[in-house]
Amino acid sequence: MSDTILECRNVTKSFFGVPVLRNVSLTLKAGRVLGIVGENGAGKSTLMNILGGVLRADSGSIRLGGRNHAPQNPAEAFRDGIAFIHQELNLFTNLSVAENMFIAAFPKTRIVRLPLIRRREIREKTRALLASVDLHVSAESLVEDLSPGERQMVEIAKALGAEARIIILDEPTTSLSSRETQRLFSILQRLRGQGISMIYISHNLGDVLRLCDDILILRDGRVVGEGPKEEFTLERMISLMVGRSMDQLYPSRSARPSGEIVLEVKSLSEPGILENIAFQLYKGEILGISGLMGSGRTELARILFGLDAFERGEILLNGEPLKRCSPHKRIHRGMAFLTEDRRVEGLLMNASVEDNIALVSLPSFARALPGLVNRPEMLRAAGRAAKAVRLQCSSLSRQTAKTLSGGNQQKVVLAKWLLEKPSVFVLDEPTRGIDVGAKFEVYRIMDELAAEGAGILFISSEIEELMGMCDRILVMAYGEIRGCMARTQFDKEKIFRDALMENLLP
Amino acid sequence: MLPKNHGNATDLTSSVPVRSRAVWRRLLFSEHFVLYLSVLYFLAVWPFAPRLASPRNLLDIFSNMLPLLSVAIGQTFVLVTAGIDLSVTSIIALSSVFGASVMTSDGGLLSGSILAVPAGIAVMLATGVAIGLLNGTAIARLRMPPFMVTLTTMMFFSGFAVWLTGSQKISGLPRAFVGLGVGSVGFIPYPFLIAAVLATAAHVTLSQTVVGRWIYAIGHNARAARVSGVRVNRTVVFAYAASGFCAAVASVLYTARLETGDPVLGQRILLDIIAAVVIGGTSLFGGKGKVLWTVFGVLFITLIDNSLIMLEFSHFTIMIVKGAVILFAALMDALRNRLLAAQ
Repeated sequence: MSDTILECRNVTKSFFGVPVLRNVSLTLKAGRVLGIVGENGAGKSTLMNILGGVLRADSGSIRLGGRNHAPQNPAEAFRDGIAFIHQELNLFTNLSVAENMFIAAFPKTRIVRLPLIRRREIREKTRALLASVDLHVSAESLVEDLSPGERQMVEIAKALGAEARIIILDEPTTSLSSRETQRLFSILQRLRGQGISMIYISHNLGDVLRLCDDILILRDGRVVGEGPKEEFTLERMISLMVGRSMDQLYPSRSARPSGEIVLEVKSLSEPGILENIAFQLYKGEILGISGLMGSGRTELARILFGLDAFERGEILLNGEPLKRCSPHKRIHRGMAFLTEDRRVEGLLMNASVEDNIALVSLPSFARALPGLVNRPEMLRAAGRAAKAVRLQCSSLSRQTAKTLSGGNQQKVVLAKWLLEKPSVFVLDEPTRGIDVGAKFEVYRIMDELAAEGAGILFISSEIEELMGMCDRILVMAYGEIRGCMARTQFDKEKIFRDALMENLLP
Repeated sequence: MLPKNHGNATDLTSSVPVRSRAVWRRLLFSEHFVLYLSVLYFLAVWPFAPRLASPRNLLDIFSNMLPLLSVAIGQTFVLVTAGIDLSVTSIIALSSVFGASVMTSDGGLLSGSILAVPAGIAVMLATGVAIGLLNGTAIARLRMPPFMVTLTTMMFFSGFAVWLTGSQKISGLPRAFVGLGVGSVGFIPYPFLIAAVLATAAHVTLSQTVVGRWIYAIGHNARAARVSGVRVNRTVVFAYAASGFCAAVASVLYTARLETGDPVLGQRILLDIIAAVVIGGTSLFGGKGKVLWTVFGVLFITLIDNSLIMLEFSHFTIMIVKGAVILFAALMDALRNRLLAAQ
């Protein structure tokens, strides 16, 4: 089982004279899973893009199964047996599962020189492939009707169909629920047993330790640690990744919550989504909401912020009831909302950083009578907000949000709310898909906001970060609040149990 | 004509071409690019049609630009929201018919009254705003696709204008109204004054007011804009109402110049309007556009039209050449964007 299938020697790559990979070497053995970790910008994606034929190395050699591997394009890499499953899945959502499987090379019959797809053949082959990854959907169903987890399985089945020897997975679990993650892992483990090698990239270090056989750590384009996973602990991985020892993962909380209620929810219900939700959020408090995907946490956040309607119940913001469904009014009354998907609902990706930061508070900078925006003052305020979140970017006015790293994009989303000085922040997965260093900064901003008197509703699927940051944690399941515990009673197992509801645990 | 290896920073080793390349680069990436293109085109065609540069013709180009500019400015608002307004030509026609039937001495509602002209103009502008509100409401509240909504309102109101008049033109407009098309304050013709005020107001609205910045935000990402407190529905309705208003202003200018209310007024300029705005640099996908760019785009289109007439081409040849020139301009723009992205 220890024959080498892929070997990189001194791979180097620069963009515009800036080195991104410096003499990176790695070895992947048949039937093993190699985990690659590193902060954003460490060079993980560039390395994978070279293996997958998207980019070409400046120097160095890659040998795949004993032969030189220098793919000129992704299709060539795919033919050589490397399947690259991107973070944003590359499926055609408007086509069926079967069509997606064979899009690269449909089996064809020719009728009077006219090539026709052999529909039945692709359907049958697809059925067999789906069965091999335990995915029970029809080969005819459209990809847009599948959940993120199911789409992931389709990608893997597609790789199997092409007889891939190496599967590269880039952050495969970011949009999966924990149940779907479990399933993905068991499939990956089975594939490993069949001799397929995998490269697994993730910010979730716990997953990496759980799944991978070997670990390689990149920092600033260099390999700073590699070896079998037994040699690594979580702490060692983090200190290698960030280059300094991080004595703690979470900042210590600098203030205690006060007794004043800023947000109160009374028997909030929306049929099929939420059932009798009730809680209070205090000034200066960070209140965690834990729960699986589909437990109603995101729906609760959207209803609180006025994006969706609710049927019964009451929401009191600073003592006053909120009725009409309108984010505009909520903002005016002092609420802020960070959505779980910053690309779709958080940012204007092609607009400048300063336009993004200023968007929420535009009306506050309009002079009353002619209605003109006081631009200089607005830009100064945007600059202050950028500084407050320690945003790293070269130019507020010329750089677009798209060009920032995930962590900095999230800081922009936070910064745009700061100018309005909200009293309640609803943060839905604020650390999703950002690296360890940026996570710490997001936590620090949250602590500062709470210390200044804001109440924060912190929704997350990572129980550790909730336990690290929150004063209290609510656990949701099936649209209901199943448990509530204060900091002194935090217990990971109990949170899990509440979230899954006892009967689902062994 | 243009150096092909622009975006390439690495091969700028020899010192002589560096300066000229820098100049080219500045011209190519300038937001006045379409203006330069117009000047270039003018200079290229001038030798073949010397009359092009006569003071009389220059004035002609200028005054032909103004109504087109008015309606194109409104279209800019809508395109920046990532929408499109195809109904503008029907607004021009219906406003013209409504306004004329109020003012005409030939049995008009207010014929002979001092109020005829102000009331007539008010009716024309109100028609534009009303159709704009209708478009905007259907698009924002009912979430109907802008293309379908404005295509159908275009068909409906174009037909309505012809049906109302029995396809007859309405003449006998008051002198005070006709004066708007040909008169002037000192050296400044009224149409220029009107178009300049409109352009300035539109520029300030788009670039300096809250609603203007919201229009850009919606064009970039309407969902993110809503989460950030942008009143998306109202802003979209505003954009279509603005487009309707601007089309009505264009209708005032055309009707005054032609001295008749015409039920098929402006029917053939729809694609000119959209082409002018897009050539100016406003994106059909939203989020990007400026009133100034639209001014240049309108100048370019008007110049092409005028020059082809000067060259004494037939109607069909004009269409062919115009299509080719617009395609070339679009090609240049695509090239420019590729180079910009490569930087």
